[in-house]
Amino acid sequence: MALSTEEVRHIAALCRIGLTSEEVERLGGQLSDILAHVSALQEVDTEGVPPTSHSVELRSVMREDETGAGLDAEEALANAPRRIQDYFKVNVTLEG
Amino acid sequence: MDYLYGLTLLEAHDALRRGEASAVELAKSCLERIDRVEPRVGAFVTVTGELALEQARRVDEHGLVVEGSPLAGIPVQIKDVMCTEGVRTTCSSRMLEGFVPPYSATAVERLYERGAVLVGKGNMDEFAMGSSTENSAFHPTRNPWDTERTPGGSSGGGAAAVAAGECIYALGSDTGGSIRQPAALCGIVALKPTYGLVSRYGLIAFASSLDQIGPMTKDVSDAALVLKAIAGHDFRDSTSLNVEIPDYARSLTGEVKGLRVGLPREYFGDGTEPGVKEAVSTAAALLEGLGVEVEETSLPHTGYALACYHIIAPSECSANLARYDGVKFGLSMGEGRDIWGAMEMTRGEGFGPEVKRRIMLGAYALSSGYYDAYYLKAQRVRTLIRRELDDAFRRFDALVTPTSPTVAFRLGERSHDPLSMYQSDICTIPANMAGIPAISVPCGFSEGLPVGMQIMGPALSEPTLIRLGYAYEQVAGWHRRRAEV
Repeated sequence: MALSTEEVRHIAALCRIGLTSEEVERLGGQLSDILAHVSALQEVDTEGVPPTSHSVELRSVMREDETGAGLDAEEALANAPRRIQDYFKVNVTLEG
Repeated sequence: MDYLYGLTLLEAHDALRRGEASAVELAKSCLERIDRVEPRVGAFVTVTGELALEQARRVDEHGLVVEGSPLAGIPVQIKDVMCTEGVRTTCSSRMLEGFVPPYSATAVERLYERGAVLVGKGNMDEFAMGSSTENSAFHPTRNPWDTERTPGGSSGGGAAAVAAGECIYALGSDTGGSIRQPAALCGIVALKPTYGLVSRYGLIAFASSLDQIGPMTKDVSDAALVLKAIAGHDFRDSTSLNVEIPDYARSLTGEVKGLRVGLPREYFGDGTEPGVKEAVSTAAALLEGLGVEVEETSLPHTGYALACYHIIAPSECSANLARYDGVKFGLSMGEGRDIWGAMEMTRGEGFGPEVKRRIMLGAYALSSGYYDAYYLKAQRVRTLIRRELDDAFRRFDALVTPTSPTVAFRLGERSHDPLSMYQSDICTIPANMAGIPAISVPCGFSEGLPVGMQIMGPALSEPTLIRLGYAYEQVAGWHRRRAEV
């Protein structure tokens, strides 16, 4: 199950990861090897076996809707790479 | 007082209580040790000397070292995957190189409330992905027993720091063996708790259904004390278990007669080094001598756990690491480009090779057309692995295996071949898949390097694991050996 260069580029685009040509080349081989390894699971009979997403039973946890202390604007923005006043600055998303 | 850094947590606590040393002297002893050995070990991303001395002074001034507060004034290293308010938290990644969290993880807060002294943040494989700490974006960590070898990973910084005396104990995180495997390779103890026992709030997420925080210590007694401090319900983590936390120290009795232990033969196969097999088998025989009923058993699905993990963990990671977009925090590149171009540049530059591999593998396994064949299939196999362990625990109180199939490997030996690196976690992954607790205890040496014995038990069986581990180490004594750096 070897991944083509186009497939690697497609997955990288889905993940929003910019790759150099060498990285595309190298990752293609490595991901193909890993996929071949994990394909061993196909030989396991899982007919009628339910999937496990979590090892503990998860229930929706509810609490009273009470106000509590949170981060103020300065604290929340302290790690912002770019800001304008009290806002995170984002690059252009729609060209006019 | 040079020897202070070599004490266990309990010994250091006793020394503080008897007034033989102050918390400041203890902190200084560890900080001086860090100065001396860190150039050869590289266990830290950040050393917090000033903070440590300030916290230690507070402990001394307020007389916080009293009976029942064993953590007060004791130097700890925290893996750099747990948020520490005001202290940068990098996950050993360029992505978070300058990130200073505005809050602390619950586990960290619980240590602070008990008077802990933070000496620094532990080096790790980037975003906890790896088994050698070579995937740190900053520098590799070296094994104190042989600095040409890795300490294991991903919590290699914690294991190396404890083994080298740079801190008295450490907190690490374990997704597929990340505290147990390095503990084994560095000759220390690590206890991965039952999933949900320790809050994950403030633990930077890798694979949320597998991640657990656990103690890395010089012996089993210390692991019991640290676990008692960090375990407990937290409303900020919706997977946190709401159960009563036992006094784990009460399991430090040495009494194990009549406990039933299984040795699953799949863990002692061809992939396991003869020296490792021998050390673990000898340890099992020693337990038998203490009155434990030891019997061979079989867990046929064990061999599939690794493949299962390498679908589930990357899938969860691909979702969790989507947050690194360069907008609210972390690395941000490509100013002037459009938002997608900037994001691709940020993530392309900010993540190292293993992180990219796992995000992409996960995205592939979750993508339309492959979801059933990979992700859903892996989740079904995960059920079979869990059931098999559940069945075993109807017959046995615990299972004993090697923690790692090999002793510490050389730097560079596996780093160019992801699949050979993945094999490092073959013995530890099943416990994460099933959410059960497991402890690694030093059980001898092979080729002059430490070997670890893993003891797994059913959910919430930490008291049994501590009981077995403690009884073993009291008789075997391997935990008293210290690396010379």
